[in-house]
Amino acid sequence: MINRETGTFKRTYAEDLAIYRTPLPKIAVAVIAFVVFVIIPWQGSEYWLGILNLIGIASLGALGLNILVGRTGQISVGHAAFMSVGAYTAAVILREFPGTHWILAMLGGGCAAALAGMFFGIPSLRIKGLYLAVSTLAAQLIIEWIINHWPWLSGGAQGSIYIQAPTFPWIEDGALVSRKMEANLHYYYLIYVVLAIGILFALNLFRSHLGRAFIAVRDRDIAAEIIGINIFRTKLVAFGIASFYAGVTGVLYTYFYSIANFESFTLLISIQFLAMCIIGGLGSILGSIFGAIFITMLPIVLDFMLRGVGGAVFGWDDAAASAIMPQWNLIMFGGLIMFFLVVEPDGLAKMWRNFTDYFRVWPFPYV
Amino acid sequence: MSNRLEVIDAAKSFGGVLALSEATLTAESRRILAIIGPNGAGKTTLINVVSGVYAPDAGRVLLNGTDITGRRAFEVARHGIARTFQNVALFAGMTVLDNILLGRNMLMKSGVLKCGVFWGAARSEEIEHRRRAEEVIDFLNITDIRTAPAGSLPLGLQKRVELGRALAADPKVLLLDEPMGGMNLEEKESICRYVLDVVEMSDTAVILIEHDMGVVMDISDHIIVLDQGRKISEGTPDHVRNDKVVIEAYLGKEHAA
Repeated sequence: MINRETGTFKRTYAEDLAIYRTPLPKIAVAVIAFVVFVIIPWQGSEYWLGILNLIGIASLGALGLNILVGRTGQISVGHAAFMSVGAYTAAVILREFPGTHWILAMLGGGCAAALAGMFFGIPSLRIKGLYLAVSTLAAQLIIEWIINHWPWLSGGAQGSIYIQAPTFPWIEDGALVSRKMEANLHYYYLIYVVLAIGILFALNLFRSHLGRAFIAVRDRDIAAEIIGINIFRTKLVAFGIASFYAGVTGVLYTYFYSIANFESFTLLISIQFLAMCIIGGLGSILGSIFGAIFITMLPIVLDFMLRGVGGAVFGWDDAAASAIMPQWNLIMFGGLIMFFLVVEPDGLAKMWRNFTDYFRVWPFPYV
Repeated sequence: MSNRLEVIDAAKSFGGVLALSEATLTAESRRILAIIGPNGAGKTTLINVVSGVYAPDAGRVLLNGTDITGRRAFEVARHGIARTFQNVALFAGMTVLDNILLGRNMLMKSGVLKCGVFWGAARSEEIEHRRRAEEVIDFLNITDIRTAPAGSLPLGLQKRVELGRALAADPKVLLLDEPMGGMNLEEKESICRYVLDVVEMSDTAVILIEHDMGVVMDISDHIIVLDQGRKISEGTPDHVRNDKVVIEAYLGKEHAA
């Protein structure tokens, strides 16, 4: 069978270590890759590509946070702050050294964010759970304050630095030229290639000894220490990796909006990313993406419904719907988090797993 | 190579309660050292001092001559001391295989980048250690449950998996804290067999805490009896069995006569 382990025999440990061990997921990933990299760019409108770009960036950020919160069990509400570290580092690098390639600036942003994350992860040596969450809140507030009060870093009163659009090589009239990214389509490729690398990195991480150490630290830190795992180091590595993802996410926002602005990285954004992890499924890569899709699409779908349903039932015009929109957004946001915590604590990823498990044993009800 | 663990005059108190004082023992390769004593005698405290969970107030712990007193628990583990817990401490959500691989985690050195790229160094390291983990799984006869989540197993098997996790590290010294607690006779016998095999086939020195006197008298080479944090007797099983002080500690004065 293509979707069951039965009948799929492995002869080497290497085969058993493969990311996908049955044929169906391999086919599915190939199909998804084809859709993402060929069909959507070919057919997608500028509007939808813009939304997909936001989803892609959010997925990367949520994935990073999920490595820390879901896998290693360290709650962080400073994720957006680490994004801003990445964003401003890249923007400052590009401003101070105009010739720098944007890929280098992106890596620089990621590394700076990783360092900041590891620094603010140091309290995790002593405290955990809610107390750690509060200490990462300090990270959020401190970094926000620094950006707002250091003009050289934040680019003046508005706290924003404009940057040049990244370039990419292109063949025009048989000659290799350097083109600026302008259309959403260009950013789409940038974002989804980075996201693909991010997903692959996380998948690999999870099947290595580090991935096991993360879970061990999360589930039973005392037992983890007894079997020789350096808990503090493992936590710092998790903070570093998560913050690197956050930094690159921040840089992608900066490139996409052509501006580094602290308003994209407030405490509310940190909470939103936590919500993506919880709604999508803690510790799950697929869940991070589901969560990012969900949280990004929520206001858009809500807006659509308020205008449609509100217009038909209550006779609202556009202005009335727009006025009520922000409140509804928050109410739904809070309500859905509660709903998921109660109904499916393991999130959308668990729902998806239930669905695939059903077909794994089909036509039998259980194995 | 033979291994030797020495504890010299270790003491530990909690608040005003003296949990352990002047504890001295020597564990060596090819021998099983048993620690017995009534509840609260300080057996687990002694194990915790050796494995680095507690730093002793006084005394020294030497592994093959190296002083490891007061080292952090993960450093002690990296020196080659593995242990199991009185209450099983497996990672319930992970498979048996992953639990046992975790026993070897500290031996894997690939950094973040190598792990994230995986193909190449990290993968060959993983395969190399997987091979040893599978040997342990074979040795303990748990091949059939190796993909089951550890938390779903009955207690007897969980204890066996925990033994496997400790063995996977190829330890110099193995500390077993009541490996047979809550087991039936058949399960106890199989654990005894594994422990005896470990002692026979490797250089691992074994320290065993166990309440089942039948088991202790049968398999241990040397016994230390603790009571209220102090060593009250030690010697061969035969010596300890007939020691008046031991009988008094367990059963009270009138039985000792």
